[in-house]
Amino acid sequence: MTISPTNPNQLSVRDTVDSSSGPLLSVRDLKVHFPLKRGFIVQREVARVRAVDGVSFDIYPGETLGLVGESGSGKTTTAKAVIQLNTPGEGSVKFEGQELVGLSNSAMRPVRRKMGMVFQDPYGSLNPRMRAGDIVGEPLKVHGLADSKEDYRAQVASLLTTVGLSPAMAERYPNEFSGGQRQRLGVARAIAARPSLLILDESVSALDVSIQAQVLNLLQDLQDQYNLAYLFIAHDLSVVRHISHRVAVMYLGKIVETADSKDLYERPLHPYTQALLSAIPTPNPIHERSRERIILRGDLPSPLAPPPGCGFSTRCPIATEACSQTVPELKTLAENQQAACLLAQSV
Amino acid sequence: MTSDSPITSSPLLQVRDLRTSFDTPAGRVPAVSGVSFDVNHGETLGLVGESGCGKSVSALSIMRLVPNPPGVIESGEVLFEGVDLLKISDKEMQSVRGAGIGMIFQEPMSSLNPVLTIGRQITEPLGVHLGLSGAAAEYRAAELLEMVGIADSKRRLGDHPHQLSGGQRQRVMIAIALSCEPKLLIADEATTALDVTIQAQILELMKNLTSQSGTALMIITHNLGIIARYADRLNVMYAGKIRESGTAEQVYMRPSHPYTVGLLNSVPRLDRPASERLDPIEGEIPDPANLPSGCAFRPRCRWATAECEVAEPVLEQIEDRQVVACFEAKSVSDSVEVAWQ
Repeated sequence: MTISPTNPNQLSVRDTVDSSSGPLLSVRDLKVHFPLKRGFIVQREVARVRAVDGVSFDIYPGETLGLVGESGSGKTTTAKAVIQLNTPGEGSVKFEGQELVGLSNSAMRPVRRKMGMVFQDPYGSLNPRMRAGDIVGEPLKVHGLADSKEDYRAQVASLLTTVGLSPAMAERYPNEFSGGQRQRLGVARAIAARPSLLILDESVSALDVSIQAQVLNLLQDLQDQYNLAYLFIAHDLSVVRHISHRVAVMYLGKIVETADSKDLYERPLHPYTQALLSAIPTPNPIHERSRERIILRGDLPSPLAPPPGCGFSTRCPIATEACSQTVPELKTLAENQQAACLLAQSV
Repeated sequence: MTSDSPITSSPLLQVRDLRTSFDTPAGRVPAVSGVSFDVNHGETLGLVGESGCGKSVSALSIMRLVPNPPGVIESGEVLFEGVDLLKISDKEMQSVRGAGIGMIFQEPMSSLNPVLTIGRQITEPLGVHLGLSGAAAEYRAAELLEMVGIADSKRRLGDHPHQLSGGQRQRVMIAIALSCEPKLLIADEATTALDVTIQAQILELMKNLTSQSGTALMIITHNLGIIARYADRLNVMYAGKIRESGTAEQVYMRPSHPYTVGLLNSVPRLDRPASERLDPIEGEIPDPANLPSGCAFRPRCRWATAECEVAEPVLEQIEDRQVVACFEAKSVSDSVEVAWQ
């Protein structure tokens, strides 16, 4: 690829990501199933929700992996399984080479220091009875990262400055902050213990666009500054394209396509990715009105009763007979691009 | 796309200097401060802006659904087919809602009554406004469900809202809103809570149904993409006022208010090459109880001058159908043209 000096946007993202040292996070064949039980005294499993059903991906230091999909596709369950917050999953989650599946809670604690999490709701995720300074500083106390009271205060002040808040705001309560400022507090708390991976679960979705842009810029600055890796979960594909180096598209608990961000958006290979991209209206009336949209029929099938064969076959515009019989495997169709579709051609 | 509606002499809806405030412990706070706009027969108008800009309160004021107290419509006119809706009786207003103007809200779950069947909720307005009852109403209700793309409609009439998915519930809301063939449909963030593929289904459905029946559509959203695709004209609101208005082509291709420019620069765009950094509007929206002097956007504005602090700009025409409330409108649109080349 040629790099034109006048346009820094054309720089390959791989140039900025260090992949020599191996992945920071390596997830292999992750499965999280929730059994649905019936019965009063003797409970029998009557069905099984396959929320996450065989998901694999890597995240390198300093890299952002975008995880997109519609509600119920398993994005959040995947994130929670990475940080071991739900019922233990099957498969393997390796962080800095250490296997996390099966670790006890106390063994997980030092690992969690290195994984921060920022949630969607800037109102629900901050304790309303704690001062901003204590919210941000709590991880420092929990993990014993402050030497003295002065050191603690200095660290809190510097964290607040880092996320664009004034250190004087440490004395305030969450209700005195706006939605955007609260999300900055959430970011400050997440980076307090100097993690190497941040899990951002719809962290900018609830914000107004001008505030969303400010927080996205902050996240990019922090990544550059601290070589942070991000698992960025969102349903907004334009935001995901903006921030991600690589993107994985989920549907019914499975990754259906994964590629470098640029390739995925320029040349989506899975029909679901194509439909998702075509469903997003762009702020350009001329472009919009000349564009054909792929309108998918129906809703996401219930994960309790997924269709046989390819999970997307019930809504797919190009599905054939074979699609309802065979479960497609992810196959490499182009450099760094994999799709799980029987009909997708390699390029 | 231009609206292919019949050119009628007067607009369907004329809002004139509408002012709505809310009484709060901190005193009376303006939500809409002097908003004027028209909706023509059969056209699609977009109302765009961030939370708190007054777009929803404008719509609720038109429908006279602002909760009172604490909300008060202080002054203004809402002329619908020439009749001022703010002056008619509650009873007369009820016949306008549904039969004259239909409305769809963001939350399909809380807009539908959870203990009544879908059929009951669709037939109710048919009885109130059109006098349909019994088998005739039921037949029409099934027809409406077919129209919004719900299969097996006769059986679905007996379903309760919780048996439907989010997208289906919003389809039912559209069926109810269009059941009495209103002349205007107001969709207030009607697809915001839905997944993108469902959002696309619902928007296409709404657009097709309204253009078939010649119903005017008012889309209220914070999503600039939706407006670009569906609206003929749009109003950009900030802090209770319309700051810019024009055809979609004018406002998107040659925005002239710094706030419009800021909004367009804040969103990552799939129609352009990926950029390294966004160029957001600095700061946050002002407290409506404590608006800055002069232009309310001044503290966040890159073009602000001393004049903006003392005087408030009013909407002025800069092109055939485009109006802007900014002293620096000319230099704003010129600089945008340079930057976007």
